Parts: sequence; C-alpha cells; structure tokens
Amino acid sequence: MYTEKVMDHFSNPRNVGEVENANGVGEVGNASCGDIMKISLQVENDIIQDVKFKTFGCGAAIATSSMVTELAIGKTIDEALILTNQAVAEALDGLPPAKMHCSNLAADALHEAIKNYREQSA
Amino acid sequence: MQKIYMDNNATTAVKPEVLEAMLPYFCEQFGNPSSVHWAGRMVGGAIEKAREQVAELLNCSTAEVVFLSCGSEGDNYAIKGTADALKDKGNHIITTSVEHPAVLETCEALEKDGFEITYLKVDHDGMLDLAELEAAITDKTILISVMWANNETGNIFPIEEIGTIAKKHKVRFHTDAVQAVGKIPVDVRKANVDMAVISGHKIGAPKGIGAMYLRRGTKISRFMHGGHQERNRRAGTHNVTGIVGLGVACELASKNMEKDYAYVRNLRDQLEKGILTSIPEVKLNGHPNADVRLPNTLNVSFNYIEGESLLLFFDMKGIAASSGSACTSGSLEPSHVMGAMGVDIVLAHSSTRFSLSADNTEEEVKYILQELPPIVQRLREMSPLYHREDPTPLSCDECRMVKKAC
Repeated sequence: MYTEKVMDHFSNPRNVGEVENANGVGEVGNASCGDIMKISLQVENDIIQDVKFKTFGCGAAIATSSMVTELAIGKTIDEALILTNQAVAEALDGLPPAKMHCSNLAADALHEAIKNYREQSA
Repeated sequence: MQKIYMDNNATTAVKPEVLEAMLPYFCEQFGNPSSVHWAGRMVGGAIEKAREQVAELLNCSTAEVVFLSCGSEGDNYAIKGTADALKDKGNHIITTSVEHPAVLETCEALEKDGFEITYLKVDHDGMLDLAELEAAITDKTILISVMWANNETGNIFPIEEIGTIAKKHKVRFHTDAVQAVGKIPVDVRKANVDMAVISGHKIGAPKGIGAMYLRRGTKISRFMHGGHQERNRRAGTHNVTGIVGLGVACELASKNMEKDYAYVRNLRDQLEKGILTSIPEVKLNGHPNADVRLPNTLNVSFNYIEGESLLLFFDMKGIAASSGSACTSGSLEPSHVMGAMGVDIVLAHSSTRFSLSADNTEEEVKYILQELPPIVQRLREMSPLYHREDPTPLSCDECRMVKKAC
C-alpha cells in the first residue's frame, strides 16, 4: 500500500520533536480526522535553520511530516512557502489516493509555522 | 521474524482437517449435486452430511440450514427477505447501532424504500438496554436484528432474553451470529431465534461459504433468484467444496468448543492483563466483565496515538492485529462501534483489536507484551497530543464537506 520511501520515513522519521527556542510554530489537522501535525521552526535571516515535527496520525501522516522537515531545512521561507502537499507526496514516490486528502497536510503545517514566525517577527 | 496472527475476527486460517475433507471434491467428486447422473450423485451425500454438521452445532434440524456465499449474503437475505415478505404487516425494523455493516447498510437501504428503522443505542460498555428494545416494538415492527456478539469489542449480547421479548411480541428475530459461532455455544432453539447467519472463514473453513438457520415455517422472499437449490430458498450451484469445509469446521467447533474456550480465554486474559498493567493510559473497549465478551477478543485504545501507525509498527514485528481508526476503516471516520459507545474521538482512532485463536501460544502473548510498550512509547513521543496543555483540536469543516459530497 505504501511506497518504500513512505515506509522508510515512517519507520525512521527524521526531525521528530520540538525545536528549542522556536520562533515559528504551526499546527494543522484535528482529532476527528485522526491527523494532527505540529511543526516548529528556528528561522534566522529568513532561512530555516532547524525544523522539527510532532504528528498524531497514520503512516502517511508521519511520513509526510518527516519528509517536509527534510525538504524545508536550509531553505528560505519564501522557498518553503511554495512547497506544496503534492510536492511532499511526490518526494515520497506518491501516497495511496485515500490518503491524499486527510493525511497529506505537512506542507500546510509548515506554512502555518512560517505564518506564525512572520507574525511574531512583524 | 516471528509471525503472530491475532486478527481471527477478520478471518482464520483454513484448518488442515477442513482442507483435507474438501480436497476430493475438486477433481474427483466434482459433479453438480443437482445432476441426476453418477457424477452428481457422488456429491449430494456430502452436502447433506455438511448440513447435519451445521445443524448439530446450531441445534436445529437439517431442513432449517440454508447454504449461501457469506455472512453478508445471509444478513442481506434475512433482512430484505423479511422486509419484502412481511411488508403488508408493517414497515418497522429494530436493530442496534453497533451491527456489522452487512446489517446496518441493508437497513439503511430499506429506509430509502420507506421502512422505518430503530437503531438501538449502546452504553459505554457497548451493551443494550433491553427495556429500551422492548419499548421500541410497535404494531408495525416486523423484525428485530441483533448480532450475537460484536466483532470489534467481542461483547456478547443477551440473545436468549431478546428471543424471549421477540416471542412475547410475536416479532421475528434475526441474529448475525458470525462472530459468536464456534467461540461460544450458539443454540438457536434455546435462544428462540428465527434466523441466524454464520460464515465459514471465521471458523476455519474457507472464504466464500456461509449458512443461515431459517426456522421452519418462516416466510421469506427469495434473495437470489434462479434454480431450485436449497429447497428454493437460495438459487445458485452449490459451492460443494466450501459446504464440505463448513460442515467439517462446524463439527470441529462442536467437538472442541469447551477446550478452545478455556485455552483461548486464558491467553486473551494474559494479554489483557499484561497490556493494562504494563502500559499507562490504555482503555479497554467493551464490557469490563470478561464473561460477557468472546473469549478471544481484546479491544484496547492506546491514548495519544493513531491505530494505523500502531498496526504498521506491529507489522514490522510480525504481529497482525486490527484497528478501528479511520485510516483502517476505509472511511473518514473511526469505527462506528466506538462512536456508538461514546468513546473519545482520539481513543476511537487508537482502538486496536487483538482476536486470538487456538493456534496462538503463550510465547506469542509474551512476545507481544515485550514488543508493545516500546512501540506505544515511541509513537507517544512523536504525538503532539502527548503531554499537551492546549485543548485538542477536534473539528474539521473540510472533512464535513467531503463527507457530504460522498
């Protein structure tokens, strides 16, 4: 059902946890759907220096969260903002169709965290 | 890697004795039992023997056993066939909110045809209020349908008492006995049941065979139209190998029930006790009194984590179990059974079912108890709900829209 890459990121998720002294935090999803993703960021000079996630959800939810942190780290916030859920799914060699709506929210969580960073730094 | 199968409420392995009994009916005794010639005659006896084996397990007469393709077919036949046959008497059916989809969706389909359905609620332990059931009966009630045991929690419903109520009010009584049969005594006469449905693959027979007890004299409209098989009650060439297999599986169940009950229950109780004592914040889903649960079923929720993730980690350790999370139910919502029991939404997504069989061993239980706590802890550490101070976000407008669109 899941690709090898999904299973890799699910069984060995990268960047789990919360960034200490984060200056941007975003959370999307809800308990009724069964997926909640929380991303915390450390941004310096508009570059994402550190990013970590915590996720309540299925295999796809955890794998997309892990992947988005890998894709975002070292990027400028403008680059990170154009990262889409679709691109995260593609980086994992795709997700089962049923998972595309409910479990593919990691880029949204990243964008929320960046929004939060901008609000804080404004 | 060890392979541990604890998903026997989903399906079971075919028992060796069952397979052995079936084999001659593929290539040697392959005839159609409806044929008059030698090839057909070779097979007729096997079907009648299987009918006796099923009848003995259910305590009914052989003429009251109808072979069909699966549990879902039996439930569809019982409910739709009754609704059609008794539509001049009334249009009201009573069932429960925790039935298998084969019953629930059949009832929902009948609602579109003008039938009125009462879906009885269950309490937090997943049990029915029989006073409420009796009070729901009206002069339009033509059928009560209550499962013998619940597939997710293993809760056993008081079928004899419901049978008494049904008899008192002269209402027909159907029970989906798919999960109960073979695990606990299912005596259709004693329970005053009019229709009971069983499925082969839950008791060591292959997939694609089921049977229904249809009490003598029960007026029912045909569900499958065609030939005259099964005394005109179910058309379609007999699934001879499946029927033979189901018969042997029923005979084995009759023979081994007491022994298997004690053995499986002991393992399940060890697993249950082990999980509840070694992992904090675990909720048992189902009746706290293990006597009113199937001996093989354990349903627990590991708070803060989602069921599918847990199953995937189990799978990496060779452990096969199941979950009531939305991701594994194939819908956007977690298990309707957990919902009906008022289980908290996060706990519903984390509900996990272990369903054992007599093939499981104490070593397997020990292995699970050793592997489980670190998996749960790892997923909890990953969860934004663990050690959370803010309230859990609960609702999703987008999902509601998606649901409506479906």
